[in-house]
Amino acid sequence: MNAYLDMELLRFTTAGSVDDGKSTLIGRLLFDTKSIFEDQLDQVKRSSNRKGLAQADLSLLTDGLKDEREQGITIDVAYRYFATPKRKFIIADTPGHIQYTRNMITGASTANCALVLIDARHGVVEQTCRHAIIASLLQIPHLIVCINKMDLVDYQETVFQKIKKDFESFSSKLDITDIRFIPISALNGDNVVNRSEKMSWYEGSTLLYTLENLHIGSDYNHIDCRFPVQTVIRPKMAPYHDFRGYAGRIAGGVFKPGDEITVLPSGFTSKIKSIETFNGPLSEAFAPMSVVIQLTDDVDVSRGDMLVRSNNQPDLNQDIEIMMCWLDNKAPHPKSKYIIKHTTSEAKAIIKNIRYKLDVNTLHRNVESLNIGMNDVARVQLRTTKPLLTDAYRKNRTTGSIILIDESTHETVAAGMII
Amino acid sequence: MSNYNLTHLDELESESIFILREVFAQFENPCILFSGGKDSIVVTHLAKKAFYPAKIPFPLVHIDTGHNFPETMIFRDQIVADLDVRLIVGLVQDSINSGRSTEERGKNASRNALQTNTLLDTIDLHQFDACVGGARRDEEKARAKERFFSHRDEFGQWDPKNQRPELWNMFNGKHHQGEHFRVFPLSNWTEMDVWQYILAKNIQIPSLYFAHQREVIRRNDTWLPVSEHIHLNETETPVHKKIRFRTLGDITITGGDESDADTLEKIVDEVAVARQTERGNRADDKRSETSMEDRKKQGYF
Repeated sequence: MNAYLDMELLRFTTAGSVDDGKSTLIGRLLFDTKSIFEDQLDQVKRSSNRKGLAQADLSLLTDGLKDEREQGITIDVAYRYFATPKRKFIIADTPGHIQYTRNMITGASTANCALVLIDARHGVVEQTCRHAIIASLLQIPHLIVCINKMDLVDYQETVFQKIKKDFESFSSKLDITDIRFIPISALNGDNVVNRSEKMSWYEGSTLLYTLENLHIGSDYNHIDCRFPVQTVIRPKMAPYHDFRGYAGRIAGGVFKPGDEITVLPSGFTSKIKSIETFNGPLSEAFAPMSVVIQLTDDVDVSRGDMLVRSNNQPDLNQDIEIMMCWLDNKAPHPKSKYIIKHTTSEAKAIIKNIRYKLDVNTLHRNVESLNIGMNDVARVQLRTTKPLLTDAYRKNRTTGSIILIDESTHETVAAGMII
Repeated sequence: MSNYNLTHLDELESESIFILREVFAQFENPCILFSGGKDSIVVTHLAKKAFYPAKIPFPLVHIDTGHNFPETMIFRDQIVADLDVRLIVGLVQDSINSGRSTEERGKNASRNALQTNTLLDTIDLHQFDACVGGARRDEEKARAKERFFSHRDEFGQWDPKNQRPELWNMFNGKHHQGEHFRVFPLSNWTEMDVWQYILAKNIQIPSLYFAHQREVIRRNDTWLPVSEHIHLNETETPVHKKIRFRTLGDITITGGDESDADTLEKIVDEVAVARQTERGNRADDKRSETSMEDRKKQGYF
């Protein structure tokens, strides 16, 4: 009883196309952790029958829209949920083809971990590299390479070792420190939830055990204190007439009452009087907690400002270098002003310089053709109408990321990681 | 450093509170859609936490079909009084009387689909630009595709194939005059998370969720409550059963399960071993494979 009060949350992303066994793997994880309900399975079986399939097509579980089910493809990001006694998991399941790079990036943006699937018969292919490069770009802390369909290569260790070596020689160019390799057969369940009897040579953990035990405690930045203010709380009623608190979600570091802080961009300094929540005041608060901070002095603070420790401040910058993924089907216009959102603050920005386009299959930097279209990833320089309080994305995924919004259509047209 | 970890419920709570504060900061005139079901109760509880010690800065909006469980209505009025918030009721009966909506006919007639017109008219009348709801992605396959901030055009329609990408914790609530957003702070919660949270925080919920004796009939593989709004045919005989409801909708379409779970602990245990989805007893979802997607495109919750 109450065991769930100790559970942690792990968000992971998968990318894949029709044949690499991704749906089978997700289906297997959901099925073996008893996360699929009977009526859901019945519905999938009925739909599969209607489509003339012999087996239940588990991709129908994730492909929720009418068009996706009819065409048999995942168009968008699908979120799936399952839990074991140890952890609750959120899967951001995305299509794997190059034309869905923006969906993969969306799914990867909140993930602690990426699963990359390799077909043991084909080894490292272009798509493998693409998925790993995207995981690296989005700074996903953990990468699990599942070498799938081991049943089709007679469960041979040499096949596994060769693919592992190939992947490692490529991934040395990436910015991911924690990479693990697991030989599996999603179809037969080998090393997914249960250890495989056919691969006694493999001494590592199963996929589920790995997902349950990855150390995610240090995935948030607990060093550099950053508190973007969302809104000001002023109750204006008894007994809180003098209450003035700053509501927000801690983006980095640990805040404690008594800490000396600086309000940016104004530069006013003050001390933390208290950290308030509905359940009472806290002695410390850390990312990603949502709290209300009260200061000892009556300084001017509003949405878009940031509370930081006085001796550790972000960059204040109007020229911002980013890796950008273009999300919209209308190409960027060189003279266009876009709305830029960064934490809780907003300004206008233009794309001042395009440095190079990045080939997400090879990491090749293209400086010849600089035309940007949907799904393109490029290093660009932005010029903003007011200075933003930025950190490098490598240091902090919250204070290091931005989105661009089209002024007239209001569409979210680009996502950027600050360099 | 290793102690700086949140439990899954704390992390979900923190995410939802962040979303609710973004709604307050980004929109002029938001509201909470309140049905009296457990999910909208949890959203309201989270809103109380998000703005504490201030009051919830949004009104609650109830789209009332007239086919309610009496227990839900008593609960609704109590929570409105406790929170000291404004309640706005949109009556489906008014839409029928004015000729805007037409009552369904036949044995399985319900007012479920009629809620859409009344909801859109209420949004229009009060000029709401954001409506916060309790829908979760794990509930239903079309809902699995929802964004946290979900755009609706000037006709209240959802275009699922043309949604704005949502990256990190960045939410784009920009809209033109007449358009609005539906916002779902519980997107990442599962049914189990909701129950665990209700138990952990001891949140009050209507008595209907606990096992109780009730006069019911067997129809479409579920126990439907007998009420003035249901028409029995000759073969249907009311019986008394000990049942509880896993979801609450209209009294005409919400089926119950036989159960002995009369405490929150027992409900959590029961949900943990459930083999059917919670909406399996909802006649509104059974009409066709895409009934939720179809209704949502038109502006349903």
